[in-house]
Amino acid sequence: MTADVTVHLAALALGDDALVLSHRLGEWVGHAPVLEEEVALANIALDLLGQARVLLSLVGDEDELAYLREERAFRNLQLVEQPNGDFAHTIARQLYFSTYQHLLYAELAAGHGPFAPLAGKAVKEVAYHRDHAEQWTLRLGDGTDVGHERMARACEALWRFTGEMFQPVEGLDVDPERLQEAWLDSVGDVLRRATLTVPEGPRSGAWAAGAGRQGLHTEPFGPMLAEMQHLHRSHPGASW
Amino acid sequence: MATAAAHHTAQQTGPQAYGAQSGVPDTACGTDDTAAYQRAFDAAVAADERVEPRDWMPDAYRATLVRQIAQHAHSEIIGMQPEANWITRAPSLRRKAILMAKVQDEAGHGLYLYSAAETLGTSREDLLDKLHTGRQKYSSIFNYPTLTWADVGAIGWLVDGAAITNQVPLCRCSYGPYARAMVRVCKEESFHQRQGYELLLALSRGTPEQHAMAQDAVDRWWWPSLMMFGPPDDESAHSAQSMAWKIKRHSNDELRQRFVDICVPQAESLGLTLPDPDLKWNEERGHHDFGAIDWTEFWEVLKGNGPCNEQRMTQRRRAHDEGAWVRESAAAYAAKRNDEAGAGRG
Repeated sequence: MTADVTVHLAALALGDDALVLSHRLGEWVGHAPVLEEEVALANIALDLLGQARVLLSLVGDEDELAYLREERAFRNLQLVEQPNGDFAHTIARQLYFSTYQHLLYAELAAGHGPFAPLAGKAVKEVAYHRDHAEQWTLRLGDGTDVGHERMARACEALWRFTGEMFQPVEGLDVDPERLQEAWLDSVGDVLRRATLTVPEGPRSGAWAAGAGRQGLHTEPFGPMLAEMQHLHRSHPGASW
Repeated sequence: MATAAAHHTAQQTGPQAYGAQSGVPDTACGTDDTAAYQRAFDAAVAADERVEPRDWMPDAYRATLVRQIAQHAHSEIIGMQPEANWITRAPSLRRKAILMAKVQDEAGHGLYLYSAAETLGTSREDLLDKLHTGRQKYSSIFNYPTLTWADVGAIGWLVDGAAITNQVPLCRCSYGPYARAMVRVCKEESFHQRQGYELLLALSRGTPEQHAMAQDAVDRWWWPSLMMFGPPDDESAHSAQSMAWKIKRHSNDELRQRFVDICVPQAESLGLTLPDPDLKWNEERGHHDFGAIDWTEFWEVLKGNGPCNEQRMTQRRRAHDEGAWVRESAAAYAAKRNDEAGAGRG
């Protein structure tokens, strides 16, 4: 594959991660458990949407890519498309993803590849997202019994989507093995401090590890896209 | 009647507050002194000085402010709902980003306003409880539904436009923390109003379907927006006292007229029609005349019979109730850390 094509594939993978997670976080608006979290979750969603727009624009028209692709053409991780669930599920998803994204962007920012400028800017935002997820993991895990139980269940439930993050992505100049070790260290440390145990189950679905990156998604993704794309698709060619 | 709390508050008056500058007696107590405090308060308000949290203030002034600021804060957080209804369906990524930023601002306004209310000795928890149990209200405008994407534009242009017309004078409100919160709120609201106008302009100049969508939204939001200024002056329960206290600076009808005069040329630039056959320029008055407002609808919506009253409150209570375990766990975690810090010091 030519260099351009691999850069496009990588930009789609990272751009779709940011786009889809931003959308999921946007679903929280008006439903958050406390007013400060209305601000925080929307803020994280906005940061991710900003990243998505830059990344998708490297590939083509951002709106065509977001609104006119079919489900099988999206390259995001299955993790980010998982429904919000309760607040613990959202926080577990944030902890897993933002830790990955922070390590990945830090590495990309330090290199000289095509993603270095974006990663240099985004890594600062993502550091805040990671910190937000860590703080909440501690509050829920080491707060009340109910909080602990819910957080443990959420960490367990999403664990099987975490292996996909370390499948090699063409066009991304990072060592997935090293990334994975750093991720396990970092997430393990937060979970232990939150008095939670590191889940022991498999880190990929039984049928296809790395599936989201190849365009295989989970059932909740279709309805999400239907909602997201409906209005845009109802007015072909209109500008907004 | 003097209260111990009021006297105590007055004694804490700092050097920057009106009391110190106005020669309020700081030693004696009793009914005579309440009269003196009242005179000093009245003089400070008359001189356009700001009343600050530690200053003595009449109980009714405090209660009026709590009621108004709480209602304003509640309106910000309930007002997130009709717009959040479109975040997941926004038709372009640029519009999605703008809408999300706007709704996030509203949560932020809620935060400043609850904080301003806290300076009057009330807690956010208490105010939220009053909202959830129907003892405090939010602006009735948010009991109308957002049926199409154009409603996001109409809310920005008309609802936020009306809010700005109401709120700009509040930047000079006699109560300092409220006035300062409003300075920031108004800056952000003016961005919201512009994005709404620009959204409608894009629709109005777009396809025939988009233009029709914009016109339909304006048709539905125009009259409820005019109702946002409250009942006519002769039927407004709180207006006269609030004006005397300089919490309020202009009457409901004055502000409503100002808003109509601003909107008419903007509607023309948008290429949209305001749904009022009686709307016309009156040379003699130097203002636009406009048709009669259906106050029956206003009072019905206020009583709880609007299209979305039940839905808004149900969502609000559900978010609060479903979030209880999160807040409790966060509080328990904070308490453990405090205990550890205490043990560390001990």
